[in-house]
Amino acid sequence: MSRKVKGRIFVGAMVFCLAVSFGTLGWLLVTTFIDGIPGLTGKLFTDPPSTQPEEAGARPAILATIYLAVLLLMMTVPIGVATAIYLEEYAHKERWYNRLLELNIQNLAAVPAIVYGILGLAFVVRGPLGIGRVLLAGAIILTLVVLPTLIISSREAIRAVPDSIRQGGLALGATQWQVIWRQVLPASIPGIATGSILALSRAVGETAPLLLIGALQYVAFDPTVLGAFTALPVQIYTWIKFPNPGFQTLAAAAIIVLLAIVLTMNAIAIFLRNRFRQTW
Amino acid sequence: MASREVALTRPPGRQVDLSPSSRRLGELVIKGILALAALVSLVTTVGIVLSLLLPAIEFFSEISPVEFFTGTTWAPLFEPSSFGVVPLIVGTFVVTFWALLVAIPVGLGTAIYLSEYAGPRFRGVLKPTLEILAAIPTVVFGYFALTAVTPLLRTLGVEVEIFNVLAGGLVMGVMLIPTVASLSEDAMSAVPQALRDGAYGLGADRLQVSTRVVVPAAISGIIASFVLAISRAVGETLIVLIAVGQLPQITFDPRATIETLTAFIGATGNGDLPTGSTEYKTIFAVGLTLFVMTLIMNIISIRLVRKFREVYD
Repeated sequence: MSRKVKGRIFVGAMVFCLAVSFGTLGWLLVTTFIDGIPGLTGKLFTDPPSTQPEEAGARPAILATIYLAVLLLMMTVPIGVATAIYLEEYAHKERWYNRLLELNIQNLAAVPAIVYGILGLAFVVRGPLGIGRVLLAGAIILTLVVLPTLIISSREAIRAVPDSIRQGGLALGATQWQVIWRQVLPASIPGIATGSILALSRAVGETAPLLLIGALQYVAFDPTVLGAFTALPVQIYTWIKFPNPGFQTLAAAAIIVLLAIVLTMNAIAIFLRNRFRQTW
Repeated sequence: MASREVALTRPPGRQVDLSPSSRRLGELVIKGILALAALVSLVTTVGIVLSLLLPAIEFFSEISPVEFFTGTTWAPLFEPSSFGVVPLIVGTFVVTFWALLVAIPVGLGTAIYLSEYAGPRFRGVLKPTLEILAAIPTVVFGYFALTAVTPLLRTLGVEVEIFNVLAGGLVMGVMLIPTVASLSEDAMSAVPQALRDGAYGLGADRLQVSTRVVVPAAISGIIASFVLAISRAVGETLIVLIAVGQLPQITFDPRATIETLTAFIGATGNGDLPTGSTEYKTIFAVGLTLFVMTLIMNIISIRLVRKFREVYD
């Protein structure tokens, strides 16, 4: 076989690979929309779940997901950014405890989400914290799930700020924290914002740990921070499990809502990244 | 004087010596607060290990580890109960196999195309597509496997059960394409241009440069992406819970319903079991098994990534 033919076959094989990704993504979006459009009514947003698919909505689940997102941002952004600042600006890279911290974060980023659920079940819902199957428990666990990814992306954003900026500030008599607060952080905000939105989008779609926290329950009222809850992806899972086809339509409709939230957040993140990309 | 000289001749940057000025208590407090935040992730790891280990130790004092790791019947919630975890481990690897069958070739092909063939304009379309694929929640993939892929397989004449390995595994493979593609592409982009130019200079064509120069040079990063994909496949919960089922049996038939480690945890751990019962502790024994499996793979993957970064950076 001539080189040219071999080259063509190889390119053909790669184009096939790309078609698998594009094709499946397209197929997934189209079938979900076709399944879900009939269920996408006002009821979905205003009514509580019900045993009758015609009566059922996802209002408590949608509200709980919004609450979860707000609580999550309030906890994960300060902790994540502070950790990133510590590791990038203060930590002595050769010290064993800082290297341990770094390896630990890399590993945590790849721990399966459901394992965090076990942690939540043993220590947050029951055990030492023992706050029960409440919304706050879900927010705490989701915070821990996305924290490593947020730390990693915030570190990259902080690292991208050139040292000359820090040295300029220090030379003018600023303290290290003044340099970080007034020079480094403002310069790295686009990167940190992108990372935060992506972390949020991941948390909104995360289901597995919430199953163990006890979000798999019938909640007919609007959620409170210290009350029982179910989140949008968990509601979807509940509906998928019902054999009645009416619930499949509802599941698909709720998936459209979930995808709309998640993909909008990703689009904003990508836009921020491209719009504010700074070259020094 | 000596200390000031050290400060000036240090490599530029982060650890500039500020000691001569006042102690600045406020700065120290801030550093302490930041270090405290960094401690959260360490406490998380300790918490995960303790939360798995303590109940698991109690579990293994009731059920012998030999019975647990060699037993071939998994029926913890039935009478008489049986605690052989082998069917769940085999089930996990069978689903992972089908997922990798999709994710490895397609992910690697995509990475080679992105790194060696694609022009800037096509890259601008392809990368966001992969990011969308990576952003889709796994519950959505599970729904897709159950309601679209399984019916399609049946239409094509594959006699699959309603819950089956094949649909779940293939869809999980699609979910993992971005993982393999982006990490492999990073590794290939880190290969210096000089290696490619050298090969072109010797008369190689693009196919030869890609497969015999770039891929071998980036191999540790590529393998790292495969290992990370395995780790994610082993830990994935919702797809298997929705589309693969909850029937623990040892079979390699992709049309059959089986159960994985994660599906057991997800289906059993929803909070109804009384604390302290053997059934409740089973969740933690299975969770520990899962955690150790993924931990080993994550460490291998982190080491491999470090290796390729050291060579070319």
